[in-house]
Amino acid sequence: MLLEVQDVTKSYPGTETAVLRGVSLTLDAGGMLALTGESGSGKSTLLHLIGGLDTADGGRVCIDGTDLTPLDDSGRAALRRGTVGVIFQQFNLIPSLTVAGNIAFQARLAGRHDPARDANLAARLGLDDHLQKYPEQLSGGQQQRVAIARTLAAGPKLVLADEPTGNLDESSSDAVMALLQELVAETGAGLILVTHSERLAARLPRRLHLRAGRLT
Amino acid sequence: MNRVILSALLSHWRRNPLQLITLLAGLALATALWSGVQAINAEARASYDAAAATLGEGRYAQITARDGGAISHDTYVALRRAGWAVSPVIEGRIDGVRLIGLEPLTAPGGLGPVRAGGGADLGAFLSGKGQIFARADTLARLPDLEAEPVTAPDVAPNTALTDIGVAQRLLDRPGQIDRLIVLPDQPLTQPPLEQVAPDLICSAPQAGGDVARLTDSFHLNLTAFGLLSFAVGLFIVQGAIGLAFEQRRPMVRTLRALGVPLRRLIVLMAVELALLALIAGGIGVALGYVIAAALLPDVAATLRGLYGANLSGQLNLRPVWWLSGLGIALGGTALAASGALWSLARMPLLSGAQPRALMMARSGGGQAAVATLLLLVAAGLALWGEGLLAGFAMLGALLIGGALVLPPVLGLVLRWAERPARSATAEWFWADTRQQVPGLSLALMALLLAMAANVGVSTMVSSFRLTFTGFLDQRLASELYVRVEDAAQAEVIREVARDHADALLPLLSTERQVAGLPVEIYGARDHATYRDNWQFLYAVPDPWERLARGEGVLINEQMFRRAGLELGSAVTIAPGTRLPVLGIYGDYGNPIGQVIATEPLFRDLYPEVTALRFGLRSDPGQVPALRAALTDAGIPQAAITDQAALKRMSLAVFERTFTVTTALNVLTLAVAGFAILMSLLTLAAMRLPQLAPVWALGLTRRSLARLDLLRAVVLAALTAALALPLGLALAWALLAVVNVEAFGWRLPMYLFPLDYLRLTGLALLAAALAASWPAWRLSRTPPAQLLGVFRNER
Repeated sequence: MLLEVQDVTKSYPGTETAVLRGVSLTLDAGGMLALTGESGSGKSTLLHLIGGLDTADGGRVCIDGTDLTPLDDSGRAALRRGTVGVIFQQFNLIPSLTVAGNIAFQARLAGRHDPARDANLAARLGLDDHLQKYPEQLSGGQQQRVAIARTLAAGPKLVLADEPTGNLDESSSDAVMALLQELVAETGAGLILVTHSERLAARLPRRLHLRAGRLT
Repeated sequence: MNRVILSALLSHWRRNPLQLITLLAGLALATALWSGVQAINAEARASYDAAAATLGEGRYAQITARDGGAISHDTYVALRRAGWAVSPVIEGRIDGVRLIGLEPLTAPGGLGPVRAGGGADLGAFLSGKGQIFARADTLARLPDLEAEPVTAPDVAPNTALTDIGVAQRLLDRPGQIDRLIVLPDQPLTQPPLEQVAPDLICSAPQAGGDVARLTDSFHLNLTAFGLLSFAVGLFIVQGAIGLAFEQRRPMVRTLRALGVPLRRLIVLMAVELALLALIAGGIGVALGYVIAAALLPDVAATLRGLYGANLSGQLNLRPVWWLSGLGIALGGTALAASGALWSLARMPLLSGAQPRALMMARSGGGQAAVATLLLLVAAGLALWGEGLLAGFAMLGALLIGGALVLPPVLGLVLRWAERPARSATAEWFWADTRQQVPGLSLALMALLLAMAANVGVSTMVSSFRLTFTGFLDQRLASELYVRVEDAAQAEVIREVARDHADALLPLLSTERQVAGLPVEIYGARDHATYRDNWQFLYAVPDPWERLARGEGVLINEQMFRRAGLELGSAVTIAPGTRLPVLGIYGDYGNPIGQVIATEPLFRDLYPEVTALRFGLRSDPGQVPALRAALTDAGIPQAAITDQAALKRMSLAVFERTFTVTTALNVLTLAVAGFAILMSLLTLAAMRLPQLAPVWALGLTRRSLARLDLLRAVVLAALTAALALPLGLALAWALLAVVNVEAFGWRLPMYLFPLDYLRLTGLALLAAALAASWPAWRLSRTPPAQLLGVFRNER
């Protein structure tokens, strides 16, 4: 099993109700699932806990046999470098690096850089003409493709996508999503997609809905 | 992984070269001003050390004649026979070069040519024509002398050493000795000095005017200015680092999200800054060398004029100075970056990633509280502090407190200015100006400090100039001054004066210890010249009349302050002669104490002292005839100085004294102007999201640019308004506290409104010039770029 989330809870200081109240789920290697829910239902929080970006108050998260609960900052950082890839709604590209530099970046951090794989991903994502450009010179759709390429170039076992098309129009959104699905499937990685969109969620084989911090 | 992270971090600077230039230039300028001053100080200290090492100044006890005259060879021989281990020295000047004659066989080890020459040939030194040891530049200034010149870099600047016999011959003073160096190891059974030579006195090591000690305060002043300039530079560095860190918050978040551990990231950012600091420090030290080389001749002239200290006009590269320059660059960067690194270390991974450049400044309330506290400390030190260190601590607290209070005060003033605004544009202008204050606050603080320093120092210098000019008019009342070599020439002067001058005023003086301090005692003739011209700081009624009756003495301000005397205090000027203080006079430009007694009393106390300097009073129209009569009587032209020439010379020394501080002032103001330019340029790009909506609502780009220009001028004007009182407080502190502690005199403070107006004009011009380029760029911003703001917000 690639991912196992057991009875995870999370609340933030200053808020009365917990954001997550005993969430459990599993995902096999190569599995894909969509996580939907209203704003504030806890989707992004759950994604951050799975990605080791935040820590749970209770329960446990295991990825590829590693329990995240006892890991310190360095341990969680190592997990993010090697095992998990996160695609953010705001792209989170490094503005001072070129497109090529951004694509290679995470793979280089993880010590798995393969220029041929970068080139292939860039070609597949339609970025070959933009490799020497900087993020600010690209449209939103193009920037999101760079973020996808960066994640996949590092060869993660689990891809976490947080509203990856939230900043894009409908047609760009469909195109980017199709590519993401296709490329993740080719690498054999697992995918968890957080989205508001029923249409996008319907593209994935499995779907979970969060409401007030619980899976329904 | 480290290389990947470092390259990502450094890529920020590649994409933001202006920010990199700001950081490097700010740090380089700060280091340059600091290390330039340090270079000058190091050079001066090396010169003093060379003087101490080659001449034994301050290291050994010395025996001199009680009357200040020469010691005879017979007395010297008598002392040696009595068992005193002493070594004779003669001193004089040849073409301005100080020629010292030593006796190498008896001189203490390590002194003079024994050390200077290294492998010096003692035989050649002692026999035949003899040898003269000096630096190459000093030898070049000497005329063709009958002695072999030998280059010796270790000898003190502007000084030449030779055998005492050669010196006596070259100075035309056969058989004369000026002083005797007392060797540290003396026999236990020698008879007391009074018994062998009652006309001689022995002074302990370090007694009298030790040059290094006298000049300490001058160097402390320079160091304080160096530190102030460094502080102004650090404001720029902190601004640049703060901005860079704020702009890189998204990158930091991304790096951490991609798996970079926080600790490693902090360490690498510190390494990155250290690399930049080393580069900037290297540039700064090189620039500092240029500054020091440019200022050193003026510093040398100042030290010679004020203290008679000889300083080399040439700068040497010293490893310690290089290292301290790099060290201060690293330390300054660490100081400037510590806050940014600390906030980065505490930044949660999932915190808002957007830059918060406009929230960079510390919380207004906290800053105002710290500023108030510092200003209170400054006030406390001004009221109750004692000593030079307390004076400088007060200056530091005053300046930092003044700088920190600027942003909260600007916020308040701008809020107040916003109230009466009626039009939408005016309302937006004031609100937006207030919003810009945090982003510009560091540059404005730098401007405030630079302006305050300028107001403070120019007030001090101008007050000094005004006082000094008046002082010279009082003190240099005689139309001609003559210096003679011996009693025979003095008699010639008296004869000429009888026929051609209205009055002859002998300038009798001798050096003594009074109230535990080395002082010059003068004998003043009872004459209207003194009564009509001299002004007192404090005096009893009819001081000159009472002085003439021998009822007391006059003392200068230095003596009054250092000895803690007051009017009426009794002073012992000679054994058994204790007289009250009748008056205290200002004596600017002189580092040591003075006592004036009436001429008859002086002659009674010191009958051995002969007047060798004279002031001659005459009708100004008769001065050429008087001068001609003197030269006809055999007095050389060079021995006669007219009043105007003397005033000109004194003022020239004075002007050079302040060239250094004026130059540092101008440099500091330039650094502040640079800070504003760089802040405006770096903020310009970040301001687009604030300007784009206003542009979209109907203001043209040209109008926005004009308003930006106006904003810079308004902020500079408000800063200038605060800088003026701060600068005046600084001037007061310099005149009433630091000057008194450092030099021993207090100057009256004068105000120079036109100078302040001109400075304010300059500051406004600098701000307008600094803002004009960003404003011009704004007026030319393509609409597509402004529209991009809305696209990015989508």
